Amino acid sequence: MSEPGLALAADVLIIGGGMAAAWAAIAAARTGASVIMADKGYSGTSGVTATAGPGHWWVPPERREEVVAQRLASSCGLGDAGWMTRIIEQTWTQLPTLSRFYEFCVNDAGATVYGSVRGPEYMRALRQMVESLGVRILDHSPALELLLHRDGSAAGARGWRRQARQPWEVRAGGVVLATGGCAFHSRLLGSRNNTGDGYLMAAEAGVPLSGMEFSSQYTVAPAFSTMARAMSYVYATYYDAAGNRLDLPREPGNNRALARALQRGPVFCDLARMPEDVRARLPYISPNVLPPFHRLGIDPFTDKFPVTLLAEGTIRGVGGLRIEDDTCQTTTPGLFAAGDAASRELVTGAISGGGAVNAAWALSTGTWSGQAAARRAMLQGQRAEAPAEALGQAGLRPTGRGAAPDPVSLIATAREQATHYDRTYFRTAETLTRALSVLDTQWRDLRAGLYAKGSDAVRAREAAAITATARWCLTAALHRRESRGMHTREDFPAINPAFSKRQVLHGLDKIASHFAAQPEFVA
Amino acid sequence: MIELLLTERCTQCNDCVTKCPANVFDAVPGAPPIIARQDECQTCYMCELYCPADALFVGSDCEHADAPAPARVIATGWLGEIRRDSGWGEWAADPKYKNQMWYMAEVFKRGLAQD
Repeated sequence: MSEPGLALAADVLIIGGGMAAAWAAIAAARTGASVIMADKGYSGTSGVTATAGPGHWWVPPERREEVVAQRLASSCGLGDAGWMTRIIEQTWTQLPTLSRFYEFCVNDAGATVYGSVRGPEYMRALRQMVESLGVRILDHSPALELLLHRDGSAAGARGWRRQARQPWEVRAGGVVLATGGCAFHSRLLGSRNNTGDGYLMAAEAGVPLSGMEFSSQYTVAPAFSTMARAMSYVYATYYDAAGNRLDLPREPGNNRALARALQRGPVFCDLARMPEDVRARLPYISPNVLPPFHRLGIDPFTDKFPVTLLAEGTIRGVGGLRIEDDTCQTTTPGLFAAGDAASRELVTGAISGGGAVNAAWALSTGTWSGQAAARRAMLQGQRAEAPAEALGQAGLRPTGRGAAPDPVSLIATAREQATHYDRTYFRTAETLTRALSVLDTQWRDLRAGLYAKGSDAVRAREAAAITATARWCLTAALHRRESRGMHTREDFPAINPAFSKRQVLHGLDKIASHFAAQPEFVA
Repeated sequence: MIELLLTERCTQCNDCVTKCPANVFDAVPGAPPIIARQDECQTCYMCELYCPADALFVGSDCEHADAPAPARVIATGWLGEIRRDSGWGEWAADPKYKNQMWYMAEVFKRGLAQD
């Protein structure tokens, strides 16, 4: 490192600290590797699992064939039955191993319920299990860039310890990117650290992305709040500003009609249809749901409150880094992707994985990538002394001497372009092209002039990652000239069999798209 | 967003400094921590959950700071309600606050079955 800081070596480095990262750390340690996990925040509270209640895809063996067949049919031609079965099996055997640290619920009938876990307790338990296996956790230690060996394989990463205020460098024989998805700073509950950092770092190593056009997902929340907990809204009654009832669907994730209504004006909601016994249980199902109402002086069961839609980006969207084999390795040897950092097309196809499929995916890909990274490192060594190149570009190594743009305004622009309904729910070639022209210019400017050090480098890299992710999502949406699953084009409203392929993107300065022939994956 | 750190309740354990995923607080030697970067707060309520002294208050508005008077917040019973309803700390032994997460699937099912 060029300045004094924390320099470490381990068999495996896990970048991230959410559920996929924790399961990766557990698997790598159990395989016998020494493991370091570096999270931007605090592993246990950081990320979108900690604030939510992930209901893992939990399917008993006798129902798997039927459930997988249904899911495959709804994946719009882009799912893979082998991978779906694989994550169901892995989740079924793996999740109960947490019982030493997590008290699984017992239902009214006296049966233990494994699939549904509460976020804060789940992430607290995962952290305890990670610690019990001797993993070294670096909290408040965002990664800034990857290191690559001269042979092109992963060598580790560098970052910044934002509380110790010093750089860190970890050399490792295997690296797992479990950095989550990107919600573009949308205020979605728990998502502020999820800025697409892993996509950016991997793309700088030449790793392609897949499924980025499937990024049109929102969750309803009280206006000005972050409280994107969907369950209450199956009891919602919606109204316009004049108090007229709006006939809107109540299925979670089905929010296009609500977006249309919000484009016309404010929309209000009450939860009067929620039965009394559900209201009474609600604080003990999700203790964080009601306080935001009470603190605004709202009784959601009798009062009409204004609502908004919070963009989920690639969190409940689908896209991410393309994995190349059943160990979740990317095109860079020794670099693996897990959870929302990886494309979930294999198990979701063109529709959202919601909470359940995505949680099973995060657990399973975390486990497989952790195991494979450990095996690789133990076979090939940590290679901590071998020469390595740092790959970070935008925000770290500017190409020009232009004025440094302000990261906060870069993020605001990217968020507006990426989360506006016209670029997500109601896409046309015209709206996408116009947004891309703004974002391409922004990328050129920040690539040339954005430069920061220390804590400021973290924000600069977030601005670059959010901008890059927005460009990938909109570019992919532009090239998929049809409507399929959550991707809807107003100018191509029908599904087109010619596009029954996964779309792969390469590159940062110039983004290349191609539609890959299938099937490519054998689980 | 985070609005209040009630210094008279704070035990200076600095758990909020460690646990906040957005690094909003700064530790101060020999004194309660300070809310150093309020604009970084992601309104996730995790600090309240992890504060054993119930000394933190997060407002509902994630975009605008608007600190209520401490006396008003204390009078409402809002302080520590998330930690209590989660059955953490001294509430762990009370069956009333047992984790009922398993019922979320029923909440969805019953709601979607309504006309």
